[in-house]
Amino acid sequence: MENRNCGCANDCTTRREMIDEIRSLNFAIIELSLYLDTHPFDKKALCLHDKYCKELDELKEKYQKAFGPLTIKYPSDDWKWLEGPWPWERGNF
Amino acid sequence: MGKGEFLMWTYEKLLEYPVNIKNTDPRLAKVIISQYGGPDGELAASLRYLSQKFGMPDEKAKAVLNDIATEELAHLEIVGTIVHQLTKDASIEEIEKSGLAPYYTDHGVDVYPASANGVPFTAAYIACKGDPIANLQEDLSAEQKARATYEKLIDLCRDNPDVLDPLRYLRQREIVHFQRFGETLRGVQDKLAEKKFYMNPKNSLCSNNTIE
Repeated sequence: MENRNCGCANDCTTRREMIDEIRSLNFAIIELSLYLDTHPFDKKALCLHDKYCKELDELKEKYQKAFGPLTIKYPSDDWKWLEGPWPWERGNF
Repeated sequence: MGKGEFLMWTYEKLLEYPVNIKNTDPRLAKVIISQYGGPDGELAASLRYLSQKFGMPDEKAKAVLNDIATEELAHLEIVGTIVHQLTKDASIEEIEKSGLAPYYTDHGVDVYPASANGVPFTAAYIACKGDPIANLQEDLSAEQKARATYEKLIDLCRDNPDVLDPLRYLRQREIVHFQRFGETLRGVQDKLAEKKFYMNPKNSLCSNNTIE
């Protein structure tokens, strides 16, 4: 796949690393959100949630620019949404 | 979670936990399918919580049911992915040997919501009792049953690290959900006690039986 932005020689490694990081942040946010649902006044959890949300937004923007959309709500000149592998297929990211 | 995502639900082209299974093994798919469409599976879990959320009396309970239901939908896709990757390239011989032939007859290697015994998914697996305490007690029990099912699957899949890894993750999540539901139940109990709410006076079955 064409890599327009990151300038790294090994696209797959970069893509894999970025998606792993996105997945980690995603998970941390899900976990913190469930915790905050029952502990809404926990300052430390709120702070972490805020931090991870910002990091995730930035990273997703960078990833989507380079490798294509993660949701249908990402504007693009060509419809890269069709590009596999899909999450359920072998070799997925 | 990102900018402009205000619809329920937005699909993210990303599994919550990665699944990449190297070797076909329909024998394992035959049992793991139960967590897709069986009595304690992810489809039942997501529908149970999505449906029960409408009747929750406090904000925490509404949020917890809504958010756990959403995570269960992500788990449904993880389980479907495991089944798909275990069966996709299976040969007829492998399907016959694994005991998957009856499933193959009706569904090929599609991922169909059924239990390990082949019973198709039914809404009878879930309850909406019109009573938040009863519903949350069911949810606590459902999480424990799902955890127990994953533990049985972990025993059955002990030789396949590619399958074990996501199963262990899913088992962990049931424990976290159980914890959150326990906290939610205590919140709802406090809320109901605060209002001295013992029964609904508009309920005709109870109205002639007022406690003196």
